[in-house]
Amino acid sequence: MKEGGPGTLARKQARLAWVFMAPTLVLLAAVGLWPLVQTVYLSFTETFTGSPEPPQWVGVANYAEMLSERQFWLAIRNTVVFTVVSVSLEFVLGLCFALLVHTHFKGRGLMRAAMLIPWALPTVVAARMWGWMFNDVFGVVNDLLVGKLGILSDPVAWTATPGFAMASVILVDVWKTTPFVALLLLAGLQLISGELYEAAEVDGASAWQRFVTITLPLLKPAILVALIFRTLDALRVFDVIWVMTRGQHGTESAATYTYRSLIEYNRLGYGSALSVAIFFLIALFVVFYVYTLRVDEER
Amino acid sequence: MTPRRSPAAVIAFYLFLVVALAYTVFPFYWAVNTSLMSRADLMSVPPVYFPTEPSAASYRAVMESRLFVLALRNSAIVAGGATLLALVAGSLAACALGRYQFRGRRWMLYLVLSMTMFPQIAIVGSLYSMVVRAGLYNTHLALVLTYLLTILPFTVWVLSNFFKTLPKELEESAYVDGASPLQAFWMILLPLSAPGLVTTGLLAFITSWNEYLFALSFTLDERARTVPVVVAEFRGVTEYEIPWGEIMAGGVIATGPLILLVILFQRRIISGLTSGAVKG
Repeated sequence: MKEGGPGTLARKQARLAWVFMAPTLVLLAAVGLWPLVQTVYLSFTETFTGSPEPPQWVGVANYAEMLSERQFWLAIRNTVVFTVVSVSLEFVLGLCFALLVHTHFKGRGLMRAAMLIPWALPTVVAARMWGWMFNDVFGVVNDLLVGKLGILSDPVAWTATPGFAMASVILVDVWKTTPFVALLLLAGLQLISGELYEAAEVDGASAWQRFVTITLPLLKPAILVALIFRTLDALRVFDVIWVMTRGQHGTESAATYTYRSLIEYNRLGYGSALSVAIFFLIALFVVFYVYTLRVDEER
Repeated sequence: MTPRRSPAAVIAFYLFLVVALAYTVFPFYWAVNTSLMSRADLMSVPPVYFPTEPSAASYRAVMESRLFVLALRNSAIVAGGATLLALVAGSLAACALGRYQFRGRRWMLYLVLSMTMFPQIAIVGSLYSMVVRAGLYNTHLALVLTYLLTILPFTVWVLSNFFKTLPKELEESAYVDGASPLQAFWMILLPLSAPGLVTTGLLAFITSWNEYLFALSFTLDERARTVPVVVAEFRGVTEYEIPWGEIMAGGVIATGPLILLVILFQRRIISGLTSGAVKG
């Protein structure tokens, strides 16, 4: 500081900043951006996964095939259904959970720790656990619904019946990620000052009125973040579907369809076109998300 | 908030609480229950809600499976390696983004934030070709490197928010004493950010431990297969005899370390999760 003053330090730091950024940038370019460029290139070629032969340029043929393929549209439709239903349920349940854990009661810490279990569990393990619970003969779900509660008259082959299969994977996703949504919303709730509620109570507002006029509006930023986060995750759903149903019985998602094309049918070119489609679909949401958050605070 | 409530409201509250707790914990209870069942219990219709004669046979069978034990080792190596690498590279980048003013900083923040949501499925095909060409197919290194795509962006993001909150005075006093920015980073900022490193390290480790798509695509056998892939592919000898007891035992073992971490570091994990998503 003595010799050069703050100017030199700032300049030193600006130079050092890029040195510090370098490893991260190199790594992310190598495992993210470069493969992405490759994917875009491959999507215009006919080529097979693992084949030594050079890719053949075919123009937009893969995209044309994709758009005319019924399976593709089914996968898109399933992905949208999965996303809309699971994110809505996660939001409603997550909000209930967040409000619950926000109240003071004995054992609140325990409840919060319990909520982290589904989140920390590997999705694969969750999918297998539920797959067993959904088993048509030995499963506990059928026993509860048919035998114990009498809600259903006959046992259901949950993961092997169209409609029920989609409901099953949605249920597992909701179970696994509701805690995450709840924690995000809880963080938002904790930012709202308790005085607001006290003032409203003095004015004679009912609990419901307080919820609608204070909680919901002030929670909006947290709600938005949770919804976007979950939507982005749900749009690329793969693990839970692949493990529970292999994408059969009306559960094929955009990601499982892409994986099937790439790895099972070895169609690297066509699969890459699908990849590009997914990428742009998700990129749209990401741009919206980053715009909503507006990264920089210092201008 | 609970005083001054009618007894009915209190009862409704606790009822809801019990339902919520059961909903959250029951599936995991069921996995533990199944893992302790004897063969007869497993075949029982209706299912038994407590093992009638608890047996460790499923755990023994799983731990005798070479594939599963090696998968535990592979998962530990891969998740540990990826986490370590992400922390080293990520703390440097986070320091630059959180503490230094430089041109392009804003764009770098945008880049990092958008990459936290990079869809892995979009590049799994070309990444597979790259992995094969580099001779990394079925190796730990392939997973360590590709997992960085998932964990490095959020490590940088969460840590940079953390660095931002550190007081400026300590760093400045180091400069007054003639330290270079590198020394200030190494001797002042890094030790101060230890709690942040623990938090992001935990999140990165859990994410890597649970990863499925890349592990499924870039590995072939026990030399590199990780626990999720092995648990997903546990099959019985025949189509009709799925070894549910062993699958659940494997699942419980695979989840055990994570639950331990979650209980020990509950607050850290929650704060890391939320600062990763909410503007810090």
